[in-house]
Amino acid sequence: MKVIIAKPGLDGHDRGAKVIARALRDGGHEVIYTGLRKTPAEIVRATLDEDAAALGISTLSGAHDVLIPSICEGLVDEDLGEIVVFAGGIIPASDRSNLHDMGVRAIFGPGTNTSEILDFLSEISSRKESGEPVGVGESSQWRWE
Amino acid sequence: MAMGVRGEEILRSALEGSRRDLSRLLSLIESGQEINVHTQDSWTLGVTGPPGSGKSSLIGNFVNYWSSRGDKVAVLAVDPSSPNSGGALLGDRMRMPSADSGDSVFVRSLATRNHPGGLSAYISTMIDCLAACGWDRIVIETVGSGQSDYRIAAFADRILLVDGPDRGDIVQAEKAGIIELADIIAVNKSDMEGSEKAAEAIRSALSMDENPPPVHLVCSHDGSGIDAMMDDIENCTPGARSRLRARERLISAWDFRLLNNPEINGVIDLLETGSITLEEAVKRLIQSEG
Ligand SMILES: Nc1nc2c(ncn2[C@@H]2O[C@H](COP(=O)(O)OP(=O)(O)O)[C@@H](O)[C@H]2O)c(=O)[nH]1
Ligand SMILES: [Mg+2]
Repeated sequence: MKVIIAKPGLDGHDRGAKVIARALRDGGHEVIYTGLRKTPAEIVRATLDEDAAALGISTLSGAHDVLIPSICEGLVDEDLGEIVVFAGGIIPASDRSNLHDMGVRAIFGPGTNTSEILDFLSEISSRKESGEPVGVGESSQWRWE
Repeated sequence: MAMGVRGEEILRSALEGSRRDLSRLLSLIESGQEINVHTQDSWTLGVTGPPGSGKSSLIGNFVNYWSSRGDKVAVLAVDPSSPNSGGALLGDRMRMPSADSGDSVFVRSLATRNHPGGLSAYISTMIDCLAACGWDRIVIETVGSGQSDYRIAAFADRILLVDGPDRGDIVQAEKAGIIELADIIAVNKSDMEGSEKAAEAIRSALSMDENPPPVHLVCSHDGSGIDAMMDDIENCTPGARSRLRARERLISAWDFRLLNNPEINGVIDLLETGSITLEEAVKRLIQSEG
């Protein structure tokens, strides 16, 4: 699967994002890492041009409650509603249900085993194949838990 | 695979200017679908050279240079797939800060996907599609390591060979025959020690050539030397090495046909057991092409 790993916000730490990018590569995925400090519009643009199937958003900055919804809205506006969005990093439990409502299908906390993210990707790829809605703009209650 | 109804719809919509469908179209081509688009007049630049020499970073400079002059710039950046996992880390986009900056820039990362014979069958269709969709400048980045990799650069009408300050790589390039194909050579990272020496070494290695390519010392980070090199890129006449490029394209296309011939494994089996001669093997493969 073609996956974008994106790093919005101002924090300058991307060790975690790079570890995930490499793990997904080793799991057989084609991974594009955007680099640091991307705006939501840039992340949407990269997803569009690369024709990615999934977008992983890594955030430590605490700006997830603004940036992630803004990325989700941007994807839907660009007719990219079938893209699967997942998030990782420090995201308080109280903010999670709002992100799920925006169409984020999985939220991985710090220290998540990368094999769990690979399991998630193979689950969404079989769901996509059988035509079940999993995209950010597709209506479904399903989420990875 | 022939072009289906969906493919035709996507092509039409891409030609009408839909970026979403241009992006889908490139994926269709990558997955082996035939797309019937007319051969286009296009402006193409191939950028090759050893990993880490700064190809992507320099392309970032080019993107700024051209897009600030009103041109639409498209980049196809090729990176190898891992032979073990089949996955790939496509790291070029990250080095081009302006990759996602606006409507006049389009950057697409491509994994080689271990296609037998490389990407040659896809890259020229992609170029034609991008040109037909109105992209004025098309840049192809490819790793200059394996032959089938750097050959992809020969699908462009001009070739820039990038090297870094550590000498030695370019000598390898000479062995592989890349240097002959280069219209322009850039020694990047002029901010680092050794770069001037590297440029000198290349110039003197080429001094016996009848028509040596210009060697530019540049720095992607601070932009020094870039404008002078851009002038050479603009003035480069695609005619000069067109025969050599045509030859590389032909070999590339031939390899692709051969390696994707459904009979090839059977013929190799027969060769291995000694039941046919090499000459018979070649004949059989040619016949099976019909
Ligand atoms: N010092 C210095 N480093 C550079 C320059 N251009 C690129 N680099 C660095 O070289 C590394 C490889 O660059 P990249 O563009 O990815 O090279 P590529 O593999 O040839 O595409 C990166 O860490 C860049 O930041 C330069 O002009 N000076
Ligand atoms: Mg590169």
